[in-house]
Parts: sequence; C-alpha cells; structure tokens
Amino acid sequence: MEDYLRQYGLLFLFTGVAIGIPASMLLVSRMAQLARMRPHKPSPVKAQLYECGMETIGGRWNQFNIRYYFYALLFLVFDVEAVFLYPWAVHFKKLGLFALVEMFVFLAILVIGFVYAWRKRALEWR
Amino acid sequence: MGPVLADNSIYRDVYSFFVGFMPHQLWWLAYLIAGLTIMVLLANAVLLNTAVFQWMERRLLGRFQVRFGPNRVGPFGLLQPFADLLKLLLKEDIVPEAADRFLFTLAPAVMAAPVFLVLAVVPFGKNSYLLDLNIGLLYIIAVGTLSTMVLFLAGWGSGNRYALFGATRAVAQLISYEVPMVLSLVGVLLLAGSLSLVQIVEAQRLPFLLLQPLGFFIFAVASIAEMNRGPFDLVEAESEIVAGYHTEYSGIRFGLLQLGEYAAASVPAAVIATVFLRGWANPFVPLGWPDVLPSHLWFFLKVFLVLFLFIWVRATVPRLRIDQVMGFAWKFLLPLALVNIFVTAIEVQLWRQPTTAQLWAMVLVNWVVAAVAVGGLSRAMERHRRRPTASVAPVPISVEVR
Amino acid sequence: METARRLEPVEINVNMGPQHPSTHGVFRMVLWVDGERIVQVEPYIGYLHRGTEKLCEGELYPQIITLFDRLDYLANFNNELCFCMAAEKLMGLEVPERAQYVRVVLCELNRVASHLMFYGALGLDAGAMTPVMYAFREREHIQRAFEAVSGARMMHNYFRIGGLKEDVPAGFKEMVRDLLPGLEQGISECDRLLSLNEAFLARTRGVGAISAQEAVEYALSGPMLRAAGVPYDLRAVEPYSLYDRFDFDIPVGTQGDCWDRYMVRVEEMRQSLRIVRQALEQMPDEGPVMAAGVRRMPRPPKGESYMRTENPRGEFGVYLVSDGSERPYRVKIRAPSFASVQALPRLLRDCYVADCVVVLGSLDIVLGDVDR
Repeated sequence: MEDYLRQYGLLFLFTGVAIGIPASMLLVSRMAQLARMRPHKPSPVKAQLYECGMETIGGRWNQFNIRYYFYALLFLVFDVEAVFLYPWAVHFKKLGLFALVEMFVFLAILVIGFVYAWRKRALEWR
Repeated sequence: MGPVLADNSIYRDVYSFFVGFMPHQLWWLAYLIAGLTIMVLLANAVLLNTAVFQWMERRLLGRFQVRFGPNRVGPFGLLQPFADLLKLLLKEDIVPEAADRFLFTLAPAVMAAPVFLVLAVVPFGKNSYLLDLNIGLLYIIAVGTLSTMVLFLAGWGSGNRYALFGATRAVAQLISYEVPMVLSLVGVLLLAGSLSLVQIVEAQRLPFLLLQPLGFFIFAVASIAEMNRGPFDLVEAESEIVAGYHTEYSGIRFGLLQLGEYAAASVPAAVIATVFLRGWANPFVPLGWPDVLPSHLWFFLKVFLVLFLFIWVRATVPRLRIDQVMGFAWKFLLPLALVNIFVTAIEVQLWRQPTTAQLWAMVLVNWVVAAVAVGGLSRAMERHRRRPTASVAPVPISVEVR
Repeated sequence: METARRLEPVEINVNMGPQHPSTHGVFRMVLWVDGERIVQVEPYIGYLHRGTEKLCEGELYPQIITLFDRLDYLANFNNELCFCMAAEKLMGLEVPERAQYVRVVLCELNRVASHLMFYGALGLDAGAMTPVMYAFREREHIQRAFEAVSGARMMHNYFRIGGLKEDVPAGFKEMVRDLLPGLEQGISECDRLLSLNEAFLARTRGVGAISAQEAVEYALSGPMLRAAGVPYDLRAVEPYSLYDRFDFDIPVGTQGDCWDRYMVRVEEMRQSLRIVRQALEQMPDEGPVMAAGVRRMPRPPKGESYMRTENPRGEFGVYLVSDGSERPYRVKIRAPSFASVQALPRLLRDCYVADCVVVLGSLDIVLGDVDR
C-alpha cells in the first residue's frame, strides 16, 4: 500500500513537471517580449479571425451539427465493455473455462447489438 | 526501500547514493531525489526524442519525395528543430479577439503534458522506468486520450470555423478509434496476464508481434488515427480546413501544439515497442540471454523503427474522408479486434502454460487467422462500400481509337 | 415550440477562399454546411480579373500575345497558339511547316506540364503530399526545355502571328527527343504512385460524378467532358494546325467522376508524348519559321474570325474582330476553366466538405483563365 502511494506521489510530482515544461516555454517567450526581443504590435486587423481573408459570416460561436451521435452512443457501449474485458483478460489464466464461456456470451450479446446497429445503418455517416 | 524500488536500477543507485550520507529520517528525500532524477531524464528524453523525430520526419519525407529536406542548420540539418524553437519563441504572440482567451492559452500549455505522463510507465531499459503501475496499459489509454481533449479545447477556444471543424473531427476520430485500440490490447493481456508494462515485457517469450499480428495491426492503425497523423490527419487537413485546430495559433503557442503533436507520436511508438516488440529486450533471442547491446539502445531502436513506419505511411497514403475514417474504425477494425479476442481467448484456454512448440503453433494459427480475417473483411467492405454509390463502378478508361 | 426550432439542424457557412491553400488561386467558395455535409455551394470568381479582353483592344497585336501568356498560366504556349491562329485565319497567312511543328511540339509538351501540375495538385488536395514532388521533377525537365527555346519558364511570348519569334536553338530536336523517355518513365512512375492507391480511389471514385448529357449541358470541354464519356477532342474532330498528321488516341472515361477525370489526364499525357514523338520525326530540319511578308506590326484586314483549340483545360476560343488597324477592335476569349467552375455547385451536390477540394482539384481550373 505504501508502495502504491509512493508511486502515485511521484506521478503527481511528474504531472507538475509535465505541465511545467510547456508553461515555462510560454513564460520564456513572455519574458522575451518584456525584454523587447519579441515583437508586440497588436492591431485590430491582426486580431481578426482567419477565414480565408473574408469576414466570418454569421456569429462567431455557432451551433454546430455534430453528425456522429450514433457513434458516440456505440462508443459508450464498447468502452464500458472494455472495462469488463480488461480485468477478465488479466485474470483469465486463473479463471478457467467458466470465464471463457461467460465472456463469450457477454461478447455475443454485444456483437448481436453491433450487427443490429450495422444493419440499421447506424454506422453510416449521414 | 519498497519492492518497486528494489528492481529499478536507476532508483536503487541514486537512492542508495543519497541515503548513504543522509540521516535515516530523511529517506524520503533520497527517494524524491531519485524520482526527480528519472523525471529529468525522462522529460529530456521526450523533448530530445521529439526534436530528433521531427528532424527525422522532415529528412525522411524529403527522401521519399525526391528532395533534400532541411540540411542547412547544423550537420545534416540536425539543429533545425532547435532553430525552429528559437524562432517560434521570438515570434509575436497573437490572440484573436474572438477567441476564448483562457482556453486558447490553456490548450498549448497542457498539450504535451499527457505525453510526458504516459511515458512515465513505459520501461525504457532493463529495470529503468519512472513508475511501474499495476494498471499500466489502462493508464496509458486513459491519459493518452487527454491530448484529444486538448485538441478540442484549442479548436473550440479559437472561435474559428476551420478550427471548429478540426475540433469536432478530433473528437469523432477519438471515439471511433478508441474502441478498436482498447480491444486490440485484450489479446496481449490474455497472453501476458498483467497490465503492468514491465511485466508485459517479461511475459514475451516470443515478441507479441508474432503472437498478436492482428492486435499489432489494429493498434498501429488506431494509434496513427488517435495522434492524427498519416492518412488520418483530418484534424489539420491543410487542403480542406487550412490548419484545423491550430489555424489561429502562432508563435510559441503554435510551437507548443506542434511539440505536443510530435511528442505524441512517440507514445504509440513506445507502447508498440514495449507491448509488441518486447521492449528493451533483444527480440531475436529468448528472454534472459546475455545481450550484446544495452537494453536502452534496443528500446530506442525499436521506437525509431516504429516512428519510421509512421513516417512511411504518411508519405504514401492520401488522406481519407471523415465518413471513411469512421467507417474504417467501426466496420473494419472493430470486427477484427473482436475476432482477435475470440481466437486468443480460445488459444489461451487450450494452452494455459504453453511450451515453446505450442507458442509457435499459436503464432501460425494467429497469422493465418489474421490473413483470412483481413483479406475476407476487406473484400466484404469493398462490396459494402460500393452499394450506396451503385451508379459508379470502377471502370478503367477505355481508349478509343480515332 | 421555441426549443424545437432551436434544436433543428443548423447550417453554418464557411468561406473557402480566396486565401485558401487549395483553391488553386484566388477562388472563393461559400459553403453552407450541415455538419460535414455540403448543403449548398456558391462560387465567387473575379479576384484575378484583369480585364484582358478590354486590355487587348488597346494593345498592338504582338503585345497581345504577352497578355495571352498570362491567361492560363499553366498552358502559355497553347494560349499563344490560339490567338496567333485566330489572327492568321483573319489574315489568311500560311505558316511555314517548321514553325507549325515547333508549335505542336511545344504545345503538347505544355499540355504534359499542365497535366503534371494537375496531377500533383489533385494529390495534394486528396492529402497525398508525395506525388506533387514527383510531378514537379518531371515538369522541371519540360520547363528547362521551354527556357532553352523561349528564354522564359512561364511567360514565353514566343509564338508570333505568322510563325515564331525566332528559330529554335540548335539541337532542339535532340534535346526534346532525349527528354521523352525520361518523361514517359516519370509519368508511369506517377501513375503507379497514385492512380490505384486504395485511399485515393476511395476519395475520388464516385465523387463529383456528372453524366455525359449534363456535361454537355454545362458546356464542359476537354478532359472534363471526355471523362464523362464524350469522345470530343478538337485536335481530332476539327484538326487545326497539323493535328491531322498525327496518330493519337482520345482517352475517354465512363463515369465522369473525379477518378475518371484524373485518369483521362494521365492517359492524355502519354498521348501527348506520342504526338511529340511523331512531330519530331516529321519536322523538317531546315526552313523558315516566319511566314513571308508579315509586317512587324501586323494589321489584319477588316473582319472577324473565331479560332478554337484544345487547351489542356478544354476548349479555348478566341473571337477576334479587326477594324483594319494595328489594334483589334474586340477580342472575346472563351475560357475552358470558366465553364468548369459553373458546374461546381452541381458536382458538389451531396458531398462532404473534404470532397469539395478534391472535386475542385479535378476541375483543374486556373484562375487566370476563369477570371481573364
């Protein structure tokens, strides 16, 4: 247990390092600006959005039609399935035939659902 | 000293060095210093690896495309990435007024973080790693996903139309390729019986590339899609949506996004090297034999081999369309991953403690299954794909004589 | 009710161009998209409008040739040829054979160069970044030959009304002949690199298809029309210059989709090289390159003429009205790319955002040609 905590303690520390490195680069760049090594000449034209040299038509923040709704649902199903599969796979050698059959039944049900979704053309982008 | 430290050579050395002249109560300080030593090693390795990879990609793409690639800065252009970094550091920082300033700044700052975190659990040499989590692979998948979230932040925060396209595409790709990617590793878990990468390496009596050809294939393709490279770089498809999620970025923010992206390539490379190519061990001789090359060198050789593969694919294949990308994940890779799980589970059930001969039998069966499954499914896909566009069949151009 | 309306699918619109990496110049499309689907497309042209037709009215005839160089800037020789032949038709000039052969060789090489450019650009549009480099390697050889002949890589200003500016440099025949095997090999290499690539097929096959009937109705010409299955090539159906002396095939597609348009052009490159080979064999080694009795500032007689040639992009036409002075009264240019752009909204029906660049790439428009 102690070992476990020690490891995650290091991980926590490492998260700091991982965010610190890019953040320090941002900081260095900022310092360069303060030291007048980096130009800073803001202008309204520069601050415009890039849309091929034209003004953006319509508002900037738009409702966007996301077309992969079905995929998202399926993704949920299969990712939850993975949660079951991983422990099963890790301990499979100790569990024996029963676990195999059990998991195959589980997978079969999922596959049936998957085939159904396929047949219903839920896997077509529309 | 806990058992984790005991078999980690770098920890052990640094720890025992410091604990030697410290009061006994300060053992945790020595532990911390040992940990920080590896962190510094790791962070530098990631950054340097990114620089080398970027240089390598540009040079190799040059070779593939009958041109030179960068060759001016330093010998063979080796210092080009550093020159680029310096240039980007000194570029003006422009934030569009329409952007969400907080998200816009946050995205580049955290873009590279998941890469560092993921590589913390990968053993990069014999007995050398930062952490040996017992949920290693799961952790890699969970944390690795974060970079896509960052892409979405960047795209959404820019307030730009193209960036919005890039952002939604990033999420679409994530939810599609996450599934086959996760499932492709189940076969490995069945064989190795552990999620810890250290133990997975040690469980590879034969490299899992031989035992899990399907798993390797699916994982490689899915990880290319997850890091938005090669034929799946829809997120920043320059011919369609200009630069995708980083359209509005410039200066060091852009540099950090690029850094994150290139660093992200080393994650799947390191995972593939570890999980499928036997990590730090010599892949050609049985485990435990004395080795000619140092284990770290083996690891980096394999990582760069996989990176070369990624570059090669990128140089060859045109970009797919979003519906094709999604279809490929769900209709092609997912069924393959399921087949792989079924077959591997049955094999492991049959041979619980396989002898070497049985392992080779497994190799044979798995390669046959892989060939049949990939071949058969691609044929089925072909028919399926043509159905909605029935009016057009691939007819060769007929040359009419005047 | 209010909520229901707000949850309906929204269409947002996106500017593609004028400043876009893959609109082949300053071309602008406004797309109305629903997610990744294109609902409606509106092409906007005119960003490169230079008023060439009006400019022509104020220039002397030899000066106009330079303007034509700048129309379709990937097929300069072909443009020059068409204008020169329109004037020659009006003046009733007989161009010397040697000059005619040189013209044919240069025009066909220019067609190859233009199609190579198309090949690379379509590859880039489809997201393959390697083919363009191979295409440009081959194109470079052609450009060098052009430079040797005319002194310029793009804006040649080499054809004259009644012939050529000057004779080709010594060793021209050998130079071009040595070029051909390399080009043929290079084209085959390009073909192998991209044509049957599975991903490329997926991106182009069945995308932006148009039927032969519709292609005719949209006044498409050149490879666009032939890809739709109409074997119509001005070089064959209405041979101008010396084209009735050569033996070549017209590649024709069946589906009229992007892949057919691509394949037709790849095949056309081979046919062009065939023509070049024949032309080099038939070409006289000696002889004048300028018709006798043409003044430095030609004054075509009062009247009008229409000349059309097969440009790499399709039917290029020049309608020339002369009032007998040293400047034309009116020049009307029929630009093939202009007609192609018209068909764009039709071709992009039910397409994805990603398709629009591939379809646009397959039209192979040159904005100098569209906007004139």
